[in-house]
Amino acid sequence: MNRENFELHASRAATRTSYAECTARERLAHVVDAGSFREWLPPAERIMSPHLAQLGVPGAFDDGVAIGEARLAGQRVFAAAQEGAFMGGGVGEVHGAKLVGLFQRALRDKPAAVLLLADSGGVRLHEANAGLIGVSEVMRALLDVRAAGIPVIVLIGGANGCFGGMGIVARCADRIVMSDAGRLGMSGPEVIEASHGVEEFDSRDRALVWRTTGGAHRHRTGDCDVLVADDVVAFRDAAIDALGCTPVFTLEALQAEHRLLVDRLDTLQP
Amino acid sequence: MNWNDLATRLFGDRHDIREERDLLRGTATFDGATLCVLGTTNHAAIGYELALRQAAVVLGTIEDHPGRPILLLVDTQGQQLRRADEFLGINRAMAHLGCCIDLARRRGHAVIGVVYDQALSGGFITTGLLADECHALPEAEIRVMRLPAMARITKIPEATLAQLSQANPVFAPGVENYVAMGAVRSLWNPDDPASGLRTALAARNTRDVRAADGEQRGGRTAARPTVQKVLDAA
Repeated sequence: MNRENFELHASRAATRTSYAECTARERLAHVVDAGSFREWLPPAERIMSPHLAQLGVPGAFDDGVAIGEARLAGQRVFAAAQEGAFMGGGVGEVHGAKLVGLFQRALRDKPAAVLLLADSGGVRLHEANAGLIGVSEVMRALLDVRAAGIPVIVLIGGANGCFGGMGIVARCADRIVMSDAGRLGMSGPEVIEASHGVEEFDSRDRALVWRTTGGAHRHRTGDCDVLVADDVVAFRDAAIDALGCTPVFTLEALQAEHRLLVDRLDTLQP
Repeated sequence: MNWNDLATRLFGDRHDIREERDLLRGTATFDGATLCVLGTTNHAAIGYELALRQAAVVLGTIEDHPGRPILLLVDTQGQQLRRADEFLGINRAMAHLGCCIDLARRRGHAVIGVVYDQALSGGFITTGLLADECHALPEAEIRVMRLPAMARITKIPEATLAQLSQANPVFAPGVENYVAMGAVRSLWNPDDPASGLRTALAARNTRDVRAADGEQRGGRTAARPTVQKVLDAA
């Protein structure tokens, strides 16, 4: 970032609302048209994990994800936001099923797009088996929606980033918007360090962590389409822009993706 | 069971499956039809490159042999836990593999998975778990993590987890639990896996029925009703 941009950033920082610091429902409220979000299976209905209580772990009345319909620039969209403060946004049985239901409903009702505000370490290890299966069901339901011509837009800028199965789900979407506070990947640095040692990945080396999975790196490689400031308005603007994209889920598109990813083995050196 | 034994029990000598650096690929003749066989072995860690090598086989089959059924032989220790793979975008490579399998299904290829050895978390999610149907041999092992590791991370005593997992398949590793949760459609008889494959190919089950199976079998009872509630919400 050059000095002028930096100063522009600094002057805006005083007035902007940090996307990273918002809760899931605050993010939804800021991103979609004001007052338009209508939640399905809200906390009042107490659709909760049946497993956490058995473990003596407190549950959440929404199992860590808010889903519903809203307007974005006047267009009808469906949206989900993961609550990173509850179990790291981990996907359990109910959490996953809410996402599957949202995509299945999108296939039936044909909104203009589906927004996924991801903030998740991946599968919730307390109910890992069900979470793993749930994530694969989310992938199939998401791809059904794209195959029907409805774009899926992922926003990543929360403290948990978007990892594990959710990191795969994100890359199944049409468009990814990240802030430089966002991270996207498969395995977090702590897991890699625990498995292969500190020489493989020093999880306390924050610069290295950002260079590996951070928003700026992902934007440079094209893994994220749009890099925005940590600002709810910037995320909203990018989501509105993404409404115009058309899903292309064809053999030709996957062959092009394949060539790009194979080329990367030679051109992208850590 | 090693892949060679399984291939012989399924196809006799009517196959040309080869092992190339943890990748299995080839064709087989089954009930007079040609199948594409694709898989991994040696408990492969699925890294960026191995995900792409699998995707290449799927794309080649879609392009050159429209409609040819694909059999996925699953044996993996999970995703490769290396910084270089993260840097390259292992999640994107795995998503790509999953999209290729999904596209094959959409274009009329039957895709059947079978866990013949072990299937762990990230290595399984974009292969067997995206097939039309996934099956397993009874001796196979499927899990996200073992109970000791789960105890460490969740800070719940291992004995408690072991006890709870007697009644709740969500907590514990094991192929039977994945059957109960609907992720594994059936266990194949190791002495006659061909019957299992024949049934799976005949079913041509292209809808995702796993949540319904999980509910019916009592292993995953919240998922399907929750999906239905979302569909019905006013």
